[in-house]
Amino acid sequence: MIPAQFEYHKATSIQDAIAQLGAHEESKLLAGGHSLLPMMKLRFAEPPHLIDINGIEELRGIRLDGDTICIGAMTTENELIQSEILQQHCPLLVEAARLVADPQVRNRGTIGGDVVHGDPGNDHPAVMLALDATLVLHGPDGERQTPANGFFLGTYWNDLQEHEILVELRVPVIKKGVGHGYHKLKRKTGDYAVAASPVVVELDGDVCRDIRIALTNVAPMAIRAEAAEAILRGKAIDEALIDQAAREVVAACEPAEDLRGDALYKSNMAAEMARRSIRAALQQARG
Amino acid sequence: MTKQHVAFKLNGKQVDVLVEPRELLVHTIRESLSLTGTHIGCESSHCGACTVDLDGKSVKSCTVLAVQANGSELKTVEGLADAEGLHAVQQAFIEEHGLQCGFCTPGMLIRAYRFLQENPNPTEEEIRWGMSGNLCRCTGYQNIVKAVQSAAQTLQKA
Repeated sequence: MIPAQFEYHKATSIQDAIAQLGAHEESKLLAGGHSLLPMMKLRFAEPPHLIDINGIEELRGIRLDGDTICIGAMTTENELIQSEILQQHCPLLVEAARLVADPQVRNRGTIGGDVVHGDPGNDHPAVMLALDATLVLHGPDGERQTPANGFFLGTYWNDLQEHEILVELRVPVIKKGVGHGYHKLKRKTGDYAVAASPVVVELDGDVCRDIRIALTNVAPMAIRAEAAEAILRGKAIDEALIDQAAREVVAACEPAEDLRGDALYKSNMAAEMARRSIRAALQQARG
Repeated sequence: MTKQHVAFKLNGKQVDVLVEPRELLVHTIRESLSLTGTHIGCESSHCGACTVDLDGKSVKSCTVLAVQANGSELKTVEGLADAEGLHAVQQAFIEEHGLQCGFCTPGMLIRAYRFLQENPNPTEEEIRWGMSGNLCRCTGYQNIVKAVQSAAQTLQKA
C-alpha cells in the first residue's frame, strides 16, 4: 500500500509551519504519522502537500510552570510514559499513554497529533476533557488559548482554524484531595478502545467538590458525561450513587456499531469503565 | 513529483538513495538497498514485521516515509550479527525455538535487541508488554518470551 503522490516539505519552526500551511493549498501537517499515513495508504486522504513538523524542537518536551504542566504537542506517547514530571504530577496521562497502541507506535505517535486528528477512537481528547486542559494554538494571527472542553465538535471536526497549529497542551498538576482514574477496554494490543473513561475527582473531605467523567469512542467525538457528573457533584459518593451515574453514562453514549460491538454493548462497557475509573479516582483522592 | 536525495547510516554504512516523497522506508530498505530481512506484513503498523531501529528507537518502517530517515542512523536485522557471530538475541531464538515459520522473526529480533537495552533485566510481564508491537501467528509467544529472557541473561553476563 503506497500513498498517492504528494510534495514533502520539512518545517523548521512553528512560524515556518504556519507559513507553509498558508503557502500550500490543502496541505496537511505530518506529526507522528501513525494515523495520517495509514489513511493515505488506503487513499482515504490524499493531501497534495505534507508539512513535516518532526524537526521542530520547540514543539517537544514537558515542563512544569507553577501549578501547570506544559506539554509540547510533538511529545511522543513514550516520552509521556517516561516523564518524571507526569509520573509525579499527572498520573492520568501516564496511564492513558501506556494503553495507546504498542511500543513502536508510541515512539512515533504524539499527544498533539492524537488530540487534533479527530478519530473518535483517539485516546487523548477524552483525557484532555477530564483534566480540563487548555490548548495553545498558533496561527497567522498569533497565539490563542482555548479550553479542551468545547474544542471537539465531531468526527474529524474540531475548533482548529485554517492554518493553525496546536503548539502546547496545558494541564493542572494533581493536588491533595484530587484523584485520577483511567480504564480502557480494548480487544487486543493496538486496537482502538471499545470504550474508555478518564475521570478526575476533587474531594472536599468526603464530599465531591467536582468531577469530570470523559468517554472515548462511544460518540462521534470525545465527550463528557455531564448528567452523570451532576449526580455525583456535591455528594459523598457511594456505590449506589455510582450506579445511578453509570446509568447516565449509558444514556450519554451514541456509539457507532462495528466489529467491536453493538451500541448497547459499547454503552454498557463505557459505563463499566467509568464506574471503575470513578472508584480508582476516589481511592487516589482519599490518599 | 520530484525525487529527493536521502542519506543515512544503515547498519554502520553510509548510504544515499533517491526516493519519491511517498516512498515508505520499508520499501527503500528492501527494494533500493536490497536488504530483505525487514519484512512487510500487515502494512498498517499493527504486526511489527517491518520493525527497524531508527536513531535508537524501534519503529515500524511501513509507517515512516523514507525522506523522514534523512540524516538518521538505521539498524535492521542484518546489522545484528558481527564478525564474532550471531547476536545474543539471535542465538537465544535458535536455542529456545522462538520461531516456527520465521516470518515475524526479523521484527522480533530487532525489537528484542532494542527492548533489552531499554530494560536489561525484564520480568516476563515486562517482556510481553515490551514486545507487544510484534505479532506472531505460530508460536503462541511462549518460546519468544523464553528467548528474550535467555538473551537478557546472556547479555547481563557479557
